[in-house]
Amino acid sequence: MDIRLNEDQIEIARQARRFCENESPMEYVRAMFEDERGFTDDVWRKMVDMGWTALRIPEAYGGLDMDLMDLAVILEEMGRAMVPGPFFSNVLLAAEAVMEAGTEPQKERYLSRIATGETIGTLALHESDGGADPGYVQMGARPVGNGFVLNGTKLFVPDAHVADFLVCAARTESGEDPAEGITLFLVDPKAEGVSVSLLPTMDGTRKLCAVEFKDADVSADGVLGEPNKGWKPLSRVLRRAQVGLCAECIGGAQRAMEIATEYAKVRVQFDQPIGTFQAVKHRCAQIYVEVESARSILYWAAWAQDHGDIEEAALAASVAKAYCSEVYRNATASAIQVLGGTGFSWEHDIHLYLKRAQANEVALGDPAYHREQVAQLIAG
Amino acid sequence: MDFRFTPEQEAFREEFISWLEENLPDDWDPSRYRNYDSSEELARAHKDLQRRLFEAGYAGLHYPKEYDGQGRTLMEEVIVLQTITSTCAELRMPGVITFGMAAPVILICGSEEQKREFLPKTLDGTHIWCQGFSEPNAGSDVANVSTRAVKKNGHYIVNGQKTWTSFAHIADYCILLVRTDPDAKKHKGLSYLLMDMKLPGIEVRPITQITGEQEFNELYMEDVRVPAAMLLGKEGDGWRIAITTLMFERVIGDVTMAAVYQRNIERMIQMASQSKRSGKAVIEDPIFRQQLAQAYIEVMVLKYHGLRNLSQQLQGDIPGPEGSIGKLLWSEPNQRITEAALGMQGPGSQIMGGSPWSVQDGFWQFSFLRSKGSTIEAGTSEIQRNIIGERVLGLPKDISRAVRIQ
Repeated sequence: MDIRLNEDQIEIARQARRFCENESPMEYVRAMFEDERGFTDDVWRKMVDMGWTALRIPEAYGGLDMDLMDLAVILEEMGRAMVPGPFFSNVLLAAEAVMEAGTEPQKERYLSRIATGETIGTLALHESDGGADPGYVQMGARPVGNGFVLNGTKLFVPDAHVADFLVCAARTESGEDPAEGITLFLVDPKAEGVSVSLLPTMDGTRKLCAVEFKDADVSADGVLGEPNKGWKPLSRVLRRAQVGLCAECIGGAQRAMEIATEYAKVRVQFDQPIGTFQAVKHRCAQIYVEVESARSILYWAAWAQDHGDIEEAALAASVAKAYCSEVYRNATASAIQVLGGTGFSWEHDIHLYLKRAQANEVALGDPAYHREQVAQLIAG
Repeated sequence: MDFRFTPEQEAFREEFISWLEENLPDDWDPSRYRNYDSSEELARAHKDLQRRLFEAGYAGLHYPKEYDGQGRTLMEEVIVLQTITSTCAELRMPGVITFGMAAPVILICGSEEQKREFLPKTLDGTHIWCQGFSEPNAGSDVANVSTRAVKKNGHYIVNGQKTWTSFAHIADYCILLVRTDPDAKKHKGLSYLLMDMKLPGIEVRPITQITGEQEFNELYMEDVRVPAAMLLGKEGDGWRIAITTLMFERVIGDVTMAAVYQRNIERMIQMASQSKRSGKAVIEDPIFRQQLAQAYIEVMVLKYHGLRNLSQQLQGDIPGPEGSIGKLLWSEPNQRITEAALGMQGPGSQIMGGSPWSVQDGFWQFSFLRSKGSTIEAGTSEIQRNIIGERVLGLPKDISRAVRIQ
């Protein structure tokens, strides 16, 4: 047993911290919050040059074949700096889906180009009721000739407006088991019958879209992997992505704690720094307790995806997603209270963290959903 | 990073599990959470198990061989303690102070003679220790200790009163915090004594606690003559040693408490599977399922945070103020867990153990009440958050304390 980051991971974290401070300062985050596209090619290119888009991709496709734990270290720093743009959608959703479900030619085609930053993908999973279970995948794909025709609406699709391809989950068969009969499709968002529109979301640093399909044709080679068998590989992708979100949450919560603590040391009321008062001090202490606890759970969850069996991986992902996302939300809310009126202003950065926390909490299954998953795994 | 035991550690665990099965007391009933009516009987059973552990080479695994330990790592010690607490937590109870505080503090701060005298007899189950820190006017403000020890002719003459002294009624020795220099500043005038509980002038009066049991005591000392050789460390070092003691209590504690709570979650699932509310199985109630899962999540937090700390300590890190997290992580969730368990029982939650209508022998009723003490003992939650706020985050001390410490 050794529950510490290794030297390489500590170095990766150090580099990521430096990169985020230099390339994604809050001025950039704020500009991209307001910007429709949500990132610049310049920062994207530099991120690719860091090797981040290639990190998880197998060597055979030009990647570095590293663990989720290694990526989690970077995601924590990205969450801390609230780096905007489609990195998460591309690397943790689209690339992982191709890695898990794709045929050899599909991997050849997509993975190497994701690694080099030439192509950006995302995952179109959720529908209007927003659930994270296979049963909620209701959008239909009808077989026509050798291919399929897609009809319906996907919501909350991250970064679809800048994606070169979508991995879209649709129902091709319905039976007793909702996990059967889901097929993953590779869809060009610019194809006929597909329309993408930005949703006016609270968190402007990670754009969400509606993707509408009206008689959109997908050819046979647009089926990612095996027809009707999409849920199993997708569930593995989702678990890793949930853990990835946890890493982001911890980075953001850590920053919220620092902001609150720094302010409590310098803000003077009643002739003393407000951090002197236990009502404020204990709030800061509680954020610290939760952030460090969440980090311990993140390590377990990331390790379980890399090395655990499927049951431990599923349990750890749901435990982590329920816990870490609530910790992030509590941390930002608490920080705003410590900051007082300042924290309520648009000018202070803390609201950006609150908004990302709110977005992360409901993304890929909200805490109530994940607690129910935990209950099923431990009590049936 | 690796969350697994090594194959050798795994084999050790398996071996110990079978050993423990064989060596539990003959009349041990695993379905009961309490097997002993009096603390004297419990103390005897505890000492008996400890002696067997010692003889079989399972006691003091990480203590040096020259003091009759096994010279292995903290990891093996944790494996043994996790197994004991999830199998028979009750038998471990009287040893909590002994092995959580007394033995480690003697190993770290004791003289060679003290180590040779006390560690073997502690590891082999001869001695149970109690902790004499709190006083009527020294609760959260522990440094306010007023029990006096005056050095005279090779002895410390001790006069004063301790309270909330756990296990004093069954203890052989006491780690005692006393004031040796009333003129020195508050924290500087304290010393740390190892006191034989059989000395004349000691009176122990049990306190009946919220559960109706007597785990704690008032401890009165009148002209008790403690040999000067029983001073731990130097005179005036008492506060520093007391803090060290409290930090050690926290490290192994987190991991073993997680094992206890994991067992309790199993109990909770069993109860929910067998009970109905308004005609429906409790285990199918969505609100209960949320509470159950949240309880499990908080136990996993305690477990993995504890293991992470342990892992750092195995690399030689000395426990610091961050240990306060662990105290909060085992005390506060336990209150929520026991509240949820009582909530499941509805009006039945009023029934204590001993009735045909008792649920699980009244385990949750007892645990609910006992958990109210956990956010108070060993440093209240408020004190823990002060420690984190001031010593980890660097927030300023509140003015009244800052002035007094100067």
